[in-house]
Amino acid sequence: MNALILLLGAAGAYGTALMFGTLGEVLTEKSGNMNLGVEGIMYMGGIFGLIVPNVYEMAVGTGNANPFVAIMLAVISSFAVGAFAGALFSFITVTLRANQNVTGLAMATFGTGVAKFVGELRRLKVGGYVTLSNELKFAFDNHFMPQFLKDIPVIGRILFNQSEFFYLAIILAIAMHFFLTKTKTGLYLRAVGESPVTADAAGINITKYKYLATIVGGGISAVGGMVYTMTTAGCVWIEASLSGTGWLAVALVIFCTWRPLNSMWASILFGALMIMYLRIVIPFFPTELYKILPYAVTIVVLVITSTRNIKDKQPPASLGLNYFREER
Amino acid sequence: MQKCVIELKNIEKRFGPVVANDGINLQINRGEILCLLGENGSGKTTLMNMLSGIYQPDGGEIYADGKPVAIRSPKDAFDLNIGMIHQHYHLVDVFTAAQNIVLLDEDGKMDMSAVNSRVSEICSKYGFDIDPKMKVYDMSVSQKQTVEIVKILYRGAEILILDEPTAVLTPQETDKLFAVLRNMKKDNKAIILITHKLAEVMDVSDKVAILRKGKYVGTVITRESDPQKLTDMMVGRTVSLNINRPEYQNPQDKLIVEGLTCLNYEGVKKLDNVSFTAKTGEILGVAGIAGSGQKELLESITGLYPVKAGSVRFINEDKSETELVGKTPGEIRKIGVGMGFVPEDRLGMGLVGSMGMTNNMMLRSWRKGKGIFFNRKNPEKLARKIWDDLEVVTPSTTFPVRRMSGGNIQKVLVGREIASNPPVLLTAYAVRGLDINTSYAIYNLLTDQKMKGAAVMYIGEELDVLLELCDRILVLCGGKVSGIVDARNTTKEEIGFMMTSVGGIKGGDRK
Repeated sequence: MNALILLLGAAGAYGTALMFGTLGEVLTEKSGNMNLGVEGIMYMGGIFGLIVPNVYEMAVGTGNANPFVAIMLAVISSFAVGAFAGALFSFITVTLRANQNVTGLAMATFGTGVAKFVGELRRLKVGGYVTLSNELKFAFDNHFMPQFLKDIPVIGRILFNQSEFFYLAIILAIAMHFFLTKTKTGLYLRAVGESPVTADAAGINITKYKYLATIVGGGISAVGGMVYTMTTAGCVWIEASLSGTGWLAVALVIFCTWRPLNSMWASILFGALMIMYLRIVIPFFPTELYKILPYAVTIVVLVITSTRNIKDKQPPASLGLNYFREER
Repeated sequence: MQKCVIELKNIEKRFGPVVANDGINLQINRGEILCLLGENGSGKTTLMNMLSGIYQPDGGEIYADGKPVAIRSPKDAFDLNIGMIHQHYHLVDVFTAAQNIVLLDEDGKMDMSAVNSRVSEICSKYGFDIDPKMKVYDMSVSQKQTVEIVKILYRGAEILILDEPTAVLTPQETDKLFAVLRNMKKDNKAIILITHKLAEVMDVSDKVAILRKGKYVGTVITRESDPQKLTDMMVGRTVSLNINRPEYQNPQDKLIVEGLTCLNYEGVKKLDNVSFTAKTGEILGVAGIAGSGQKELLESITGLYPVKAGSVRFINEDKSETELVGKTPGEIRKIGVGMGFVPEDRLGMGLVGSMGMTNNMMLRSWRKGKGIFFNRKNPEKLARKIWDDLEVVTPSTTFPVRRMSGGNIQKVLVGREIASNPPVLLTAYAVRGLDINTSYAIYNLLTDQKMKGAAVMYIGEELDVLLELCDRILVLCGGKVSGIVDARNTTKEEIGFMMTSVGGIKGGDRK
């Protein structure tokens, strides 16, 4: 039992990064754009979210850095780089009408490459690991909830012993749910993703909605990459450690059936599945089999939702398709 | 108030080298129903798409209330109070009716109760009946259409364009729609109706504007005209509107279907205890609302659809019977049962779009011959024969069929299927999307097959045609046989009632 609680507590930390990645992709896909480049976007968010505070700390001198400014810089820079990737994706698919799958896969490779290149460049520059001072590390992984909440049995460790980003992600998920279901702009966005012809005939600017959703979605996903580097990876850039997180986020979007609220528990579940091989060791059971668990679960969910054909749980109807008014 | 709301002058539209509209003049008046009549590809929809802001004209002017306007987007059209109901509905499936309607609301708020009350106000004014909270995917075709109409009325449309609204409706639903349209006409709205059904044109319209091959032929007042005149204007020459229905001597049972039951992959019954007999020298029509099991019926006979229970027996020349259920299409062919199948999805199931006529002929005969190479000679011969006999318009037998027009594609498909004179010929929506001329050519081909002694099954949408072409009509309702009637002495109304309820409603409900 204790092992399980510890597992879920740690899963919350890893799940936070996944939750951002997933929420960003949910927003993107709601507009009908399937950006498979989440892996690359999270990679870029991961490195830029570390380098910018690193540069800031070196500029003002260790010890003088304001933790709040460092956190803001990390969030803004990672969001910006993700937004840039989203804008690039939109330009290629919406304006130039290229195939979304191909563009997304290219984006995944491109983003990963850029992140590894920039990380290596920075490593050579600082001459060692790219990292922050212990003071800032603590600020990024600050479990700030009061002790009495953390002491609540079971849920205290899981829900209240988390970094600030965990709560930010929860707020974001709820806000996104509200946005998509209760506001007119959200309704318009869903209409664009479901049936662009209908939205167009209703006078909704398809291009604007697709661009905005993809840009903001890319930004949110990239913040997820930053959160991973700054919390789970302990503010140290290790190329390989982020690998696969973005793909998992894409799988999670399907698992959540495109609903932001589902991402809250699903991310923690997937986080748990991802790190289970570290925590619960079964003798002679290969860790590789452990690591495929999240993907296996996704396939099971896909099979269940598609065979039962529940209309409300299907992907946005025009997902992955480009829209051109005069072509029909 | 000026009577003429929209005037089109010399409108032109080109798609690359193809001229879709050329010098079109049209006047649209308040309190009037205008029918736009023309064959397929005559440019009716293109013209209306320019009014609703989907296409931009390449030449000519549009005047609204006497002032020249440019309609650059659907939003511009709405601002001019023009609303169009497209052939393929513009609705979001996973939204409720009210959510679909609110998409058109310019107001930034989402006050669903206000929307609901305005929707019910519009509904009561014109005689609609919809539940604003119903999801679109749960709706029938006619309910979806109602939502579309309410949607554009909600946006304040004064000029309504309906693109073939009756194509998917039962006769009763059509009557209801026309009653609504007449109400709107009384309310001083301008209505434009695109259709090729002459009976409807005569029934509901005040004026008819006719287009032929992208050109404007003229506008006539409906009550001063008649169907024959309109057809002649539309086609450009005199066409006979009667389908020849000769009687075949001594029909024999050819295909006996008993208790056929099919489930789809979700376990829903698509066919429920269907029994009938198809005879030689007879066209057996199949009527029913879209999705009543027509497709499943033909596909289960040909061995494409899994059968849960029942039997399909083919009567051989020597009167022995062959059971077809449980056999794949390949096995059915191997045991020598000849069936021609014209599926509804021409380029999906019937032909390969990127291949030419010859290669498509080969799809039927590739098993023939020995060795590893194809025999290309016979398919080529057959392709040339169809090309000549059916007057297919194509530059060569290797020209990809995908790039032919719908009518020519259908001719190639029907031509191939009847080439071997199959004793059973199954056709699904054989004239869907074809113009009057080509449709009649297809009807004649089917009648020829019938007189050669084939048992022909014809799934159709237009009841008028079913009544004239077929010998007997099988009516499906929700997968059940609602009845089999003699086409020579039944009425459209009777079939309409059978389509909506098993056995039809007897007595009081009829008008």
